[in-house]
Amino acid sequence: MSDAAISGSGSTLVDDWSADKQAYHVPWGKAMMWIFLVSDTFIFTCFLTGYLHVRLSTTEPWPLQSEIFALSFGGDPIPLILIAIMTFILITSSGTMALAVNFGYRKDKVKTFWFMVATACLGASFVGMQAFEWSKLILEEGVRPWGNPFGAAQFGSVFFMITGFHGLHVTAGVIYLLTVAFKVKKGHYDKKGYEIVEIAGLYWHFVDLVWVFIFAFFYLL
Amino acid sequence: MAYVPLADQDSEMEMHHPHSWVTKYVWSQDHKVIAIQYGGLAIAVGVVALVLSLLMRMQLGFPETFDLIDPSSYYQSVTMHGMIMVVYMLTALLLGGFGNYLIPLMCGARDMVFPFLNMLSVWVYALSVLILMSSFFVSGGPTGAGWTLYPPQTSMAGTPGHDMGIVLMLLSLAVFIVAFTMGGLNYVTTILQYRCRGLTMMRLPLTVWGIFIATILGLFAFPALLVSAIMMLFDMLLGTSFFMPAVIESGTPLDHNGGSPILFQHLFWFFGHPEVYIVALPAFGLVSDVLSTHARKNIFGYRMMVWAIIAIGGLSFIVWAHHMYVSGMHPYFGFFFATTTLIIAVPTALKVYNWVLTLWEGDIRLNAPMYFAIGFIFTFIHGGLTGLFLGNVVIDLPLSDTYFVVAHFHMVMGVSPVLVIFAALYHWYPKVTGRMFHEGMAKAHFWCTFLGTYAIYLPMHYLGFLGVPRRYYAMGSTDFIPASAQDLNVVITYAALFVGAAQLLFFINIFWSLRNGEKAGPNPWGSASLEWQTPDTPPAHGNWGDELPTVYRWAYDYSVPGAHEDFIPQNVPESDEPTADEQHFDPDHDESKADA
Repeated sequence: MSDAAISGSGSTLVDDWSADKQAYHVPWGKAMMWIFLVSDTFIFTCFLTGYLHVRLSTTEPWPLQSEIFALSFGGDPIPLILIAIMTFILITSSGTMALAVNFGYRKDKVKTFWFMVATACLGASFVGMQAFEWSKLILEEGVRPWGNPFGAAQFGSVFFMITGFHGLHVTAGVIYLLTVAFKVKKGHYDKKGYEIVEIAGLYWHFVDLVWVFIFAFFYLL
Repeated sequence: MAYVPLADQDSEMEMHHPHSWVTKYVWSQDHKVIAIQYGGLAIAVGVVALVLSLLMRMQLGFPETFDLIDPSSYYQSVTMHGMIMVVYMLTALLLGGFGNYLIPLMCGARDMVFPFLNMLSVWVYALSVLILMSSFFVSGGPTGAGWTLYPPQTSMAGTPGHDMGIVLMLLSLAVFIVAFTMGGLNYVTTILQYRCRGLTMMRLPLTVWGIFIATILGLFAFPALLVSAIMMLFDMLLGTSFFMPAVIESGTPLDHNGGSPILFQHLFWFFGHPEVYIVALPAFGLVSDVLSTHARKNIFGYRMMVWAIIAIGGLSFIVWAHHMYVSGMHPYFGFFFATTTLIIAVPTALKVYNWVLTLWEGDIRLNAPMYFAIGFIFTFIHGGLTGLFLGNVVIDLPLSDTYFVVAHFHMVMGVSPVLVIFAALYHWYPKVTGRMFHEGMAKAHFWCTFLGTYAIYLPMHYLGFLGVPRRYYAMGSTDFIPASAQDLNVVITYAALFVGAAQLLFFINIFWSLRNGEKAGPNPWGSASLEWQTPDTPPAHGNWGDELPTVYRWAYDYSVPGAHEDFIPQNVPESDEPTADEQHFDPDHDESKADA
């Protein structure tokens, strides 16, 4: 009985789950990160569902995002240009993160370090542009959490809450990435293995993916 | 793909050995110490909530007698009693207390996978309790909005604690969710990834299954509460209008416009209903193990018990709006939620039948834990049956917000889990402390609690049918309520005071037995599951001495024909077993035969 359970072969889902010791053949930290991300997905889903509900139920008209989030460089205003740049930067940072993971598994400490730092820099620039966007809306356009000159007050409430919560995630991610990057450089993971880079990467890709949904539902819809 | 060599894992497990009294008992990373910290704190806040409920009962039994209780403090008691009992007591005790103690021991692990995170979890929980308790001392006192915290009345001037109290409550909940997430990630990862050799998922004791699924529910349901807490905090502090419609208060319009109170109800109950099962599923698991051990019989229908837990967990996410029938909804939604609610009765009833069938023809030993476990079957059936009433829209509408509802949920998720908690505390007390409790005192405690709670809650069903509304400070002279209803209220109050006082028996017993109890020995109940097979009692740091155990069978080999004793522990190899291998049922065994 026990031999059958221990030495069974194949790699199907049923076999994994009916095995002893480990349900997933991944390090504990990675399993835990996946479960955390599913839980975090529920948080953002609740935020976005709440936003959609409020947008439908509010009595005043919803402001036009394409006009509010437009920037003009000398000439005509270009709708959503800043958001487009921010999105591009964040998706690029996913690419550099993937490279860092790759070099991590090759135990190339220097390249891993620099790609992680590059990812963190891209993330930091995203947060910086978000700060610019916030200050422009607050100082120039007069948008507040409790009201704005364009229409439904909930527009400002939702904007500051959701982008703020996502911005906190990005900021935390930048700190996390830098911590791991410097530990990589010091050779802290030589013995333990470099899964930690991938675990940090999972979190980072998740934050990017959430942004895609926020972009789609809040800015485009 | 089953076996991963042990060496791979021991390198991952970094044991932190305590060096001083502080790291051993205060900032401890040992799951057993953390479990006792979690459990002790949860029971302490539970006592606060118990005292609040007695204050409420005194007001209801003898209105206009006590100066201490005015309408505001009555509503504050209602709110704090509910929130503390559901979140800070039951959730913390069942998952933080029993989960922490039993998961690593039952999985044959040395500790949780991330002990440091586990330590953070308990101290962040302590912080959330501190914030909650501080609301008793701010101006205006704690919130009196009812534990559901429905806007817009939470922040209206007429509600006690509408300024500081509610803010502290929401803050405390958010902190609690952080604590729970840190603990919960640990429980789930430990169960999935750190079982000892031979311990497949389908050999886990049902306790672990119950806690496992409940923790997953918590990880997916608490986000909704977190989001609603954040949004409501924004409404309170920043003046947003997520949940606040245009309201006129004492002739003055408030600064809110266009929010949706119904959105809060949806978010709250998307958390609130799974929360019921976060409390119930660990209780189901614990009681299964207590029943099986003391009936000296394997749990009836182990596989179906596991699938029932999973089914209940899944269904609990699609029933939330049955708490909102009177809030107004499209009739088809009412139909949908009534249907899913009634479907939950199927796996739940399956579990009840299996508990009863486990007792059937068992060699029942009527120890104190068994008293509580059998008592649970009674209270749970009663609470479950009234749930069928309330799940139907047309029956719920007249009964909503009456004492029938109060009686229902106290029977099903108040008394029932608490009876299981007592059963489990008595059952595992010898392992935790190394000593036996006083059996007579424990049985006296059972009869007082069991009969006393029936004296409290059975009459409440009748009050509900009369239409007596809940959450009323005083009935005054209401025409449709007969005067005799007040007589019942007096009786209920006496019963409640009696049950409250009877809990002293429990505290005297566990503290007295710490020093004066008989030495228990490693396995006083003759239990087959892994936590009773540790080399030391109470288990030492690291649990298993030099070598992790290997498991060869499920946790329910009781009364195996031909065995030397009437049980075979999980870590006894087959070769040591007598001839009767074919006669006992082991799900894995069955499968391997089928494969061959």
